[in-house]
Amino acid sequence: MKPLNLKQGKIAHLLRNDGVRIQIGPFAVSLRSRLRRVAEQIAFFYADYPRVAEDAFVDFHIQINNPTGLRHWIRPQAIFSFDGFAPFKPLPEDQAFAMFEWGLNWCIATTAHQYLIVHAAVVAKNGQAVILPGEPGAGKSTLCAALVSRGWRLLSDEMAMIDPGGLSITPVPRPIGLKNESIAIMKNYADGVQIGPPVTDTAKGTVAHMRPPAESVAHADSDAQPEHIIFPAYSAGADTQLERIEKAHGLTRIAEQSFNYHILGREGFETLTRLVSRCPAFDLRYSQLDSAIARIDALIT
Amino acid sequence: MKKSCLLTDTLCRPSTASHYSAAEWDLLLRQARAANLLAQLGVRLEQCSEQMEIAHSVARHLRSARLIVKRQNNAIRWEVSLLQHALHDLAVPVVLLKGAAYVLADLPNSNGRLFQDIDILVPRPALKEVENRLRRWGWRSTHNNAYDQRYYRRWMHELPPMEHAQRRTVLDVHHSILPLTARLHPDPRKLIGNAVAAPGNEDIYLLSPEDMVLHSMTHLFHDGELENGLRDLVDMEILLQHFGKEAGFQTRLCERARLLELTRPLYYGLRYVERVFQAPVAEETRKTVSSWGPGWLLGGLMDFLFREALQPSHASCTTAATSLARWLLYLRSHYLRMPLRLLIPHLIHKALVKKGDNEIEIPKALRKIIPDADNR
Repeated sequence: MKPLNLKQGKIAHLLRNDGVRIQIGPFAVSLRSRLRRVAEQIAFFYADYPRVAEDAFVDFHIQINNPTGLRHWIRPQAIFSFDGFAPFKPLPEDQAFAMFEWGLNWCIATTAHQYLIVHAAVVAKNGQAVILPGEPGAGKSTLCAALVSRGWRLLSDEMAMIDPGGLSITPVPRPIGLKNESIAIMKNYADGVQIGPPVTDTAKGTVAHMRPPAESVAHADSDAQPEHIIFPAYSAGADTQLERIEKAHGLTRIAEQSFNYHILGREGFETLTRLVSRCPAFDLRYSQLDSAIARIDALIT
Repeated sequence: MKKSCLLTDTLCRPSTASHYSAAEWDLLLRQARAANLLAQLGVRLEQCSEQMEIAHSVARHLRSARLIVKRQNNAIRWEVSLLQHALHDLAVPVVLLKGAAYVLADLPNSNGRLFQDIDILVPRPALKEVENRLRRWGWRSTHNNAYDQRYYRRWMHELPPMEHAQRRTVLDVHHSILPLTARLHPDPRKLIGNAVAAPGNEDIYLLSPEDMVLHSMTHLFHDGELENGLRDLVDMEILLQHFGKEAGFQTRLCERARLLELTRPLYYGLRYVERVFQAPVAEETRKTVSSWGPGWLLGGLMDFLFREALQPSHASCTTAATSLARWLLYLRSHYLRMPLRLLIPHLIHKALVKKGDNEIEIPKALRKIIPDADNR
């Protein structure tokens, strides 16, 4: 499949008409939008992604446009729709692109039950994947962004999609969502880090997305086997500590972070049991990204 | 019906899907999802799985949809067991209606059907007692403004919907299947009198097969919100086919319709199931019900309205005529619900009072990745 790499004008044209069709990990997504902001950011973030053929099957037909009504003239909003169904309330228009990312999360988490889906970042090195579950305040996305800007492969920033049979993880590399202080930290963290325009006043504070490495996008069709589970916990001023945790404890904590554990039922439980038997789980307390990365690097053989 | 869409064609003749192009599969799944029939489509396609190979990209959506239904049905059985626990010692017959009844009876439509609420029917004299008991067990009334409470309690066939405080499940407690003020008066005592025990559950009852079919028809054709119209019509088709295996079912259905004053809904139900799904109706039944229809003028209008309104709620199937038809049928259902002297003030009140938000609630687990504007 050819990459989407098109001029912004062409993307805007496609978005207004038949839609831009992008292969994002295992999912074919069609996006339509009349909003300039969406065209700009799709051109910026998705240039390396494969383009889906016009007559191919599409998993998610998405639209992001202004809702109808008078509001349009006062303070424009954007609304997300999954093939005519709008699961969320409209948000201010400057959040339109973030809304696409959030909405796509929703589409995947509520329909892709061929995977056990866990709220976690997944990165890999030498073909060995590390799952970083996102407990609140963990700094999962920052750590994930730091790892991939130091040469780790990005499988996913937001969800680990685990195959209930073989435990392999299907990559769905997408722009990495950064919040508040993390945005400035990542800007200065490594060469070649590209961050989109920040949006202030969202429900998460200020958010901006970081471009996924082209290398990771190019390898989005090759699965990786999980080898380690690390629960990161950012703690200001803390020394880096990596502590092994018990299997059963790891299982319940990871189950709490799953979006569809209740839908997979027994299969979900058995998948997690096998996962924690295969992968040692750790608590990682850190304040310095470099030293946290060094500890994670050391786990890889 | 002349107007066809890919979804209805495929539900009628699933084997035709074997030569669909990728673009046709794409459209088919979009229509099925919008009509709340994705899992049902999966069930039908599986029945002819030997004749076709479904692409992996399509099959995974069908499997996911069926998995969700399977979990829902487990959850419904659990919820019903809690209801039984709360109500059993009142010694009041509790009759499950619609979706939950299909699940408990393990009827073939239940493995492809998503629904929201649990509906029960109890004798009207026991209503107060049942409501009080449910409150003690954690269900609480919604629609807590004076107008809505009065509207439900005075005119409707059900209490204002109750929601469980912890599980957030919604329960509709009915004392009849149509409003007290409606044109038709099926006697709920007759429905309860003929109810049968749910398999494996002595305290919970289901409507008899004939009454179950009549209720689904009454619900769609006389009380209708038609956004899920096609899904409800699929229910009727499956129930008719399933119960029809027993000799004399259609004859008994007609007798029961006469007794319950539900001849007109039966006429419409059989007519549109036959037209949309080419379901077989016995010659004798056809003769019986033919006199129960409307005159030719009204009949022609209803054919037009239902043909439009029973389309899947997807942009590829709906036109301005669909919205108009649904709106007119909505007005009709209100007109059938109550006399104009009650209806007009009610509609004026509804038009003046701002509607509540209809957005779905984002599941707790998902809120981590989907901030919504309310959380600020």
